[in-house]
Amino acid sequence: MFDINLFGLFGQLLVGLINGSFYALLSLGLAIIFGLLKIINFAQGALYMLGAFIAFLALEYLGINYWAALIIVPITVGLVGIMMERFLIRPIANEDHLYSLLLTFGLALIIQGAFTHMFGSSGLSYAIPEELKGGNRLPFMYLPNYRAWIIVASVLVCFGTWYMIEKTKLGAYLRAGTENPQLMQAFGINVPLIVTLTFGFGVALAGFAGVMAAPVYSVSPDMGSNILIVVFAIVVIGGMGSIGGSILTGLGMGVVEGLTKYFYPEASTTVIFLVMVIVLLLKPAGLFGKEA
Amino acid sequence: MKNLNKTIVSSMVAGIMAASLSTAAVAESDGKVKLGILADMGGVYADICGRGCVTAAEMAIEDFGGKALGQPIELVTADSQLKPDIASSIARQWVEADGVDAIGGLVSSAVSGAVSKVNLNAKKLTMISGSASNTFTTKSCNPFNVHWTYNVVALANGTVKPMVQAGKKKWFFITADYSFGHALEGVASKVINENGGEVVGSIRAPLGTTDFSSYVLQAQASGADVVALANAGNDTVNALKTATEFGLTEMMDVAGLLVFTQNAQAMDPSVAGGMRLTTGFYWDMDDKARDWSQRFQERHGSIPSMIHAGVYSATTHYLKSVEASGTEEAEVVIKKMKATKPEDFFSRNAELRADGRMVHDMLSVEIKKAGERKDKNDIYKVIKVIPGNEAFSPMLPQCNFS
Repeated sequence: MFDINLFGLFGQLLVGLINGSFYALLSLGLAIIFGLLKIINFAQGALYMLGAFIAFLALEYLGINYWAALIIVPITVGLVGIMMERFLIRPIANEDHLYSLLLTFGLALIIQGAFTHMFGSSGLSYAIPEELKGGNRLPFMYLPNYRAWIIVASVLVCFGTWYMIEKTKLGAYLRAGTENPQLMQAFGINVPLIVTLTFGFGVALAGFAGVMAAPVYSVSPDMGSNILIVVFAIVVIGGMGSIGGSILTGLGMGVVEGLTKYFYPEASTTVIFLVMVIVLLLKPAGLFGKEA
Repeated sequence: MKNLNKTIVSSMVAGIMAASLSTAAVAESDGKVKLGILADMGGVYADICGRGCVTAAEMAIEDFGGKALGQPIELVTADSQLKPDIASSIARQWVEADGVDAIGGLVSSAVSGAVSKVNLNAKKLTMISGSASNTFTTKSCNPFNVHWTYNVVALANGTVKPMVQAGKKKWFFITADYSFGHALEGVASKVINENGGEVVGSIRAPLGTTDFSSYVLQAQASGADVVALANAGNDTVNALKTATEFGLTEMMDVAGLLVFTQNAQAMDPSVAGGMRLTTGFYWDMDDKARDWSQRFQERHGSIPSMIHAGVYSATTHYLKSVEASGTEEAEVVIKKMKATKPEDFFSRNAELRADGRMVHDMLSVEIKKAGERKDKNDIYKVIKVIPGNEAFSPMLPQCNFS
């Protein structure tokens, strides 16, 4: 177990980083929705699954290829999110967090159940786009081009999002609008619109992750529920609502999980929760969270 | 809060009392045949034995004429949710209170094990069609178990043995980390060692793993000739997908040890094409199979898995034996079932052994490449028929319930 093969280890680190990219995309969406809107969105996993399915259906029935799907699917999923926020979440916006949690959890079950009913549980396959087929032989492993693309794309999207929220004027409006809605409204800014759009954006990130995942994982109704709990743990580790924290934690936990798969695979699904327990004990607000 | 707890506790007590009352009122022979189908209605195995298993049982009852012992045959169904505790409480309700005579369907070895225990107590039949573990006719055999369709031994003998004999000596396992995966790996390893091969490594991946890349890298580094996937369903599909992506399929052979038609359909033909596997049934194997499968497809919407066909076959054989023995009492019916040979589109050269193992011809098939397929249901090429006595292991003396 401990004859460490350095090349093998590098391989595992890289693979972990790739998985971490998905975690980062999904936890970023959750962190935005929670950090800015204080909504615990349990439907994020189902919307990720929805993204993968829309990409599949678009290719199958409309001939829309992967690259177009990368733009169209997040917008479509974002629109679904906007409808959700406007018609379902807003009526209970002033209630306890628990209400939005239960509502979105219920929605996730409904969406997943509907897709199992329509498409079965076996999963569908989505081919890797021609341009990204093949791969490169690195000294320590064979790196498929598509996996390299996953890292590049998700890092770009994650840090672009972080920059927009933390460093631009638009981001400042957004943070202010959720911090003190009355004041912002007095300045003539349409706060409910901002809330809806933010929710739509957070959800669109899940849709984007879904398209990214379709070529490498089996497109199946339960793909979202498998990953959601892990992603929630990551958000908790990073600090509920911390935008940058969720990105870094997502990537980091991918690596931790990758290493566990190398040293003791049986624990790979639990290690993140173990980290979560330790972090909560030592730093209840999470690694990057502000102490209340 | 205290009051609420009281209410909960008292209703639980009432529930337990009601349950024990109903146990006391177990009916003996009521002259009516009632069949229960327990399946996975919405989980990972829903496609291979969910609604489809119910449809198969309904078809068997209709084809039998809908009546047995002069009374209409009743069918009840439930969702096991793949949880043994839920499965055993449903089974208990069925056999102890509702007068169910036999429980069929049964996917996931853990679920089947739980139901088998309940049925042994109540002296009712357990007709397993969906589970793979061979424990029901070996370690935990009992006089009321009937195991149809396939098991891990047949899979290992059918898929692994010819590959080892053809010179693929070094094997690496990617195994689902629960009872079924362990059983499959164990049996397959035995076959490998007996035929002069060796197992160079294995990894236990948790059930429902989405990303297999880490395991694939380790398999690559192992220097094996064959990477065996001792898992099922989406796990197999995902593992194969990743193996191709990382170029593993160019270096080594990948053997899927348990692949259902629905999984084969979900695999990319350019990847899976050429892979050999073992199955108990293929819809396109001959006219009789095609006829039945066509009828099944019209009702269910997709082609049958071997489990669906197995449920039909087991149900039919059961009903025939009930009718022939003139009672639905399990101890009598099981004797009749073992004394007569099952004969239908599914059972070829079949017999139900005294240990409850239904032995029949298995098929070694190859997944067709994209160019060879006529349509999306055209997935296998039958390579050869494996006679039942070669596929399954011999009966253990302690499981001889004749």
